[in-house]
Amino acid sequence: MTHKERAKAYWKENLRYLLILLSIWFLVSYVFGILLVDQLNAIKIGGFKLGFWFAQQGSMYVFVILIFVYIGLMNRLDKKYGFNE
Amino acid sequence: MGILTWTWILVGISFALYIGIAIWARAGSSKEFYVAGGGVPPILNGMATAADWMSAASFISLAGIVSFTGYDGSVYLMGWTGGYVLLALLLAPYLRKFGKFTVPDFIGDRYYSNTARIVAVIAALVVSFTYVAGQMRGVGIVFSRYLEVDINTGVYIGMAIVLFYAVLGGMKGITYTQVAQYCVLIFAFMVPAIFISIQMTGNAIPQLGFGAAGEDGVYLLDKLDGLQRELGFHEYTSGSKSMIDVFAITVALMVGTAGLPHVIVRFFTVPKVKDARKSAGWALLFIAILYTTIPAVALFARTNLIETVSEKKYQDLPQWFANWEKTGLLKFDDKNGDGIVQYVGDKSKNELTIDRDIMVLANPEIAQLPNWVIALVGAGGLAAALSTAAGLLLVIASSVSHDLIKKVFNPNITEKQELVAARLSAAVAVVIAGYFGINPPGFVAAVVALAFGLAAASFFPAIILGIFDKRMNKEGAITGMIVGLSLMILYMLKFKFGIFDGGKEAVAGLKLDWFLGISPEGFGTIAMIVNFVVSITVSKFTTAPPKEVQDIVEDIRIPSGVGEALDH
Repeated sequence: MTHKERAKAYWKENLRYLLILLSIWFLVSYVFGILLVDQLNAIKIGGFKLGFWFAQQGSMYVFVILIFVYIGLMNRLDKKYGFNE
Repeated sequence: MGILTWTWILVGISFALYIGIAIWARAGSSKEFYVAGGGVPPILNGMATAADWMSAASFISLAGIVSFTGYDGSVYLMGWTGGYVLLALLLAPYLRKFGKFTVPDFIGDRYYSNTARIVAVIAALVVSFTYVAGQMRGVGIVFSRYLEVDINTGVYIGMAIVLFYAVLGGMKGITYTQVAQYCVLIFAFMVPAIFISIQMTGNAIPQLGFGAAGEDGVYLLDKLDGLQRELGFHEYTSGSKSMIDVFAITVALMVGTAGLPHVIVRFFTVPKVKDARKSAGWALLFIAILYTTIPAVALFARTNLIETVSEKKYQDLPQWFANWEKTGLLKFDDKNGDGIVQYVGDKSKNELTIDRDIMVLANPEIAQLPNWVIALVGAGGLAAALSTAAGLLLVIASSVSHDLIKKVFNPNITEKQELVAARLSAAVAVVIAGYFGINPPGFVAAVVALAFGLAAASFFPAIILGIFDKRMNKEGAITGMIVGLSLMILYMLKFKFGIFDGGKEAVAGLKLDWFLGISPEGFGTIAMIVNFVVSITVSKFTTAPPKEVQDIVEDIRIPSGVGEALDH
């Protein structure tokens, strides 16, 4: 592959990762923490109502995990296309 | 030892540490001054970013806000952390690859236009100045409460310290002091939180204590929901804001976070693209330690407060109540003259007014923790306020010396002169910020929250489109930024300040006219969407950007070859 083709393929895979990761980002905060909060609040885990827990705890844990997953995926992608340094 | 002695000792030690670091890490070149020479290890940069990001407001006020608003406070928790996901995935790596010093640098070069650069500089200055004024005030308040000096004296001391290490050390000095400040502030926040969590739930981890039961076997959250209902407040775990407003505010805060210049600039300080991604991860981890503890502290503090004061005789209240009454943060007005504190949701019957800041400041006293823990909170508050103030001042200084003087007015300036200009701008900015700290304009508190809306409406679309849309040209970006920014400012003036309807008194009555029921705090979301639409539409009908610019965009999308991009 030429440099240009590699760059194009790299970008395409990167965009796919972004789409997946940002969907999860949206799901845990906007869907679980806001849009479906009342429905999820009917479920209780320990002392937490689930929707409330997502809004004040769970979403933040997932955010941290998402970034570290992204770091791992991108490091692998950099190597695959020879863009790592 | 008394609280005051402990506070002087802890504040003294922490300040000596900051000054020592500043002398050790002073900047020798403009590159060191703007981006710490681009050589900060990602984990340290993450800590520095976290300290830079977490202001006096996060440290002192946020737990109080969550405490009083319950579920509604979630917008800040999600908004101010979720933005880092956007930063890490959509901005940081590409801006690092681009390899310049400031956000206006990127906007100016990507949109091959000094007009775009100047629009970006103005937006950066507006956002940073409103922010920094609040920080200096915060420094003054912490000093006055903990060290019993006048608020203004506190501001002067804060100014002197920031002046010293920002002017001397630039980004390099600031970064390493922020690492120390992060350690101080997180320790100061966690120690009382852990103590209180053990006291109330027997669980040493506040995040778990949050969902645990108290001594009576009732889950704390259920208990507080019950107390709130009884006293006529809304239930703690459900909010009072409309869903669409909660949604819009969260978007505005997240996107605004990702668009704030003093946060973005941090990712220019690491050696490689890879490190920019890692820094964002570390930064969010360090922030999340505090942010996931905040709602737990909020719950503990609120429960404690209600149980201590509600329906109790005024003369039997503990000593801390009188201490805080003196500061004016706590007010008791015995409306029915029965000598008993009625703290209820009904405004006409409520007798107790509580400033939200008290939830963190007085929490250790309410929970009867040892004096050194109470003093620690003071040192932590100062660390939070000073680190954010320094970061903002640096953005202001580099906007002036680099973006305006070097890039627009006098490109022939030498490296040495630029460094002098940067130091002078930092010094002037400290003095202006100090002035606002001593004479706080009434609008500061309101505008700090709106600064996110402004950043969301102006910077975020221009940067995102600059990276992800190769076809985006200067016409589109400039029109988008101006339309987004003006729309946001107009909405703010109308619905926050009531300018078109006869002043602040009219604001409450205008609520019904909110666009789709969205508050000014959340309107940044709408203004951002408008910015995107306008930018894309205008760019479709105007000429594509020059070939070199399109090549730059292709280049920043791949991570290798950072070294070349850095030299200029």
